[in-house]
Amino acid sequence: MDPRTSTARDLDPAPMAPIRAEHRPASAEDADTSPVDVHVTLDEVSVHYGPFTAVRDVSFDVHRNSITALIGPSGCGKSTLLRTLNRMNDLVPGATTSGSVTYNGEDIYAEEVDPVEVRRRIGMVFQKPNPFPKSIYDNVAFGPRLNGTKRGLDELVEHSLQRAALWDEVKDKLSQSGLSLSGGQQQRLCIARAIAVNPDVILMDEPCSALDPIATLRIEELMKDMASEYTIVIVTHNMQQAARVSDRTAFFTVDMDNERQDRTGVLVEIDQTDTIFTNATDPRTEGYITGRFG
Amino acid sequence: MSVDTPVRPDPEAGDRPSLTVTTPNARRRALISRIMSGALFLAVMAAVTPLAILLWQTLSNGWGPFSWEFLTTIEPLSYRETGGGYLHGIVGTLYMTGVAALISVPLGLAAAVYLTERPKGRYASIVRFFTDVMTGVPSVFVGLAVYALLVSGSGGLGLGFGTLAGAASLAIIMLPIVVRSSEEMLRLVPGDLKQAAYGLGARQWQATFKVTLPAAAPGLTTGVILAVARGAGETAPLILTALGAREVVLRLTGAPQADIGLLMLDGFRQPFEGGIERAWAGGFTLILITLGLSIIARMIARRSQI
Ligand SMILES: Nc1ncnc2c1ncn2[C@@H]1O[C@H](COP(=O)(O)OP(=O)(O)OP(=O)(O)O)[C@@H](O)[C@H]1O
Ligand SMILES: [Mg+2]
Repeated sequence: MDPRTSTARDLDPAPMAPIRAEHRPASAEDADTSPVDVHVTLDEVSVHYGPFTAVRDVSFDVHRNSITALIGPSGCGKSTLLRTLNRMNDLVPGATTSGSVTYNGEDIYAEEVDPVEVRRRIGMVFQKPNPFPKSIYDNVAFGPRLNGTKRGLDELVEHSLQRAALWDEVKDKLSQSGLSLSGGQQQRLCIARAIAVNPDVILMDEPCSALDPIATLRIEELMKDMASEYTIVIVTHNMQQAARVSDRTAFFTVDMDNERQDRTGVLVEIDQTDTIFTNATDPRTEGYITGRFG
Repeated sequence: MSVDTPVRPDPEAGDRPSLTVTTPNARRRALISRIMSGALFLAVMAAVTPLAILLWQTLSNGWGPFSWEFLTTIEPLSYRETGGGYLHGIVGTLYMTGVAALISVPLGLAAAVYLTERPKGRYASIVRFFTDVMTGVPSVFVGLAVYALLVSGSGGLGLGFGTLAGAASLAIIMLPIVVRSSEEMLRLVPGDLKQAAYGLGARQWQATFKVTLPAAAPGLTTGVILAVARGAGETAPLILTALGAREVVLRLTGAPQADIGLLMLDGFRQPFEGGIERAWAGGFTLILITLGLSIIARMIARRSQI
């Protein structure tokens, strides 16, 4: 069994379990059998908004220092699932999460875990660039200041902006409003702001959907570059983007229940991005990727 | 590959509907539109005229007696005498308005933050109900209530007439305005910003104090200043709380306090030229204060980034 796509739970024969990747002839990459370092694990995660089940029984691993893309039709619960990974869903009234999410082996939903601490380790970049109406400097320094950091802020701000490939463009106008930047620059500012808190997982929900192709490419390059240091989970509607940047891709779909009249998001499969795009196990994946469905 | 010669439409040919031929009832619609515009213009004029007359009256009558002397001296003992001024009233009005703002602004902001952070909180509907009711209470009655609670020695705290009692009644009048306008301003702060703050590991109070309040600051300031201006112009609630004085009073309690509006009331009630002139100048001063505050408020509002 390919160690990258298998966990103990893969053997679980529960009928509701999502269809997962099966063994297939080893591709060139599969030949590399070094053990994967699992950073975040989802186990039978379901999210409800009140009585409505948005996603059901999702289980997969997120590998350390790699980029995992979540793709699927609108409304299949990608954003919902992403928000459960750093407990942002706790803030949505009526949202409840079941199952477990472990980060470095620890359950982030355990009673003694402070959601604020989770969000400091697992950062988030949103679909719409949302810098604070403050200076560029204050935007980046915001997170560190929350923890009372005062010394070394200048270096931290510079380092974070450099990491987000924005430093050269803004180094002479750090005191200008973050809102004075272009959309692409604002999004990189938001990435810098997330980096400054020193997380090791960064969640990005359609980070390029409000950007033009050139700004998008810059962010994609940035993501690839960042993957050496960070574990990245990205939601995208752009198949090419998923193919270009991600190491692994998870495909979700909407499961219609005509009896109960509801639509629930389920994980169809997750695998190496190449495999998903060229040799998907489930016909629904191939249908979606080639544009025949969804 | 063939290159097509473009065929340009000929408007004279008449084979396509021309732009100059209008639809059947276009004339009627144009006429109705013109009548409506005229009616709206008249309505706007009707609304603005009283304000214009009021301003004109105050300016034309108040400008003459208004002077440096008016701002820096107190009223002579007799209403018959001309000259002198409302220094004591101006001090009293600013003093009481200031103290009232110190009481009502923090309380009002706190209530507004509560209402926006916990819109379905246990006390939210109670707070909303009381602010609604308080906006409608006649201001004389506010004065009466403060008299009974603070001023009167029988049943109240027995503080007596003075700055604090006057300020308390003004604060009660300002409070619901501060709460309502601040709540609206806080609601305007995009949820994105709060999400971003939480995403960076902010606690609720940190998100409120470091993101929501600063982002709403210009709007909040505007609302607060307008509420203060509203309070500064109030006279009725002060009749039973500040009572009025004929000299500059700096004490917070223990001595009745003067107020521009109260002095005007006294001045206009006497049949003497001197007192009436000063009352007009007092009205002019009051309009300057409230207008000045409103202009400052608008200027701050324009700097808002959200
Ligand atoms: N705050 C909420 N309250 C109630 N239902 C919600 C809420 N947020 C999302 N949902 C529902 O949950 C389901 C999944 O939504 P979600 O936003 O996660 O989908 P998505 O896959 O991110 O879609 P898209 O690709 O359009 O962004 C949808 O049916 C949506 O209506
Ligand atoms: Mg989404």
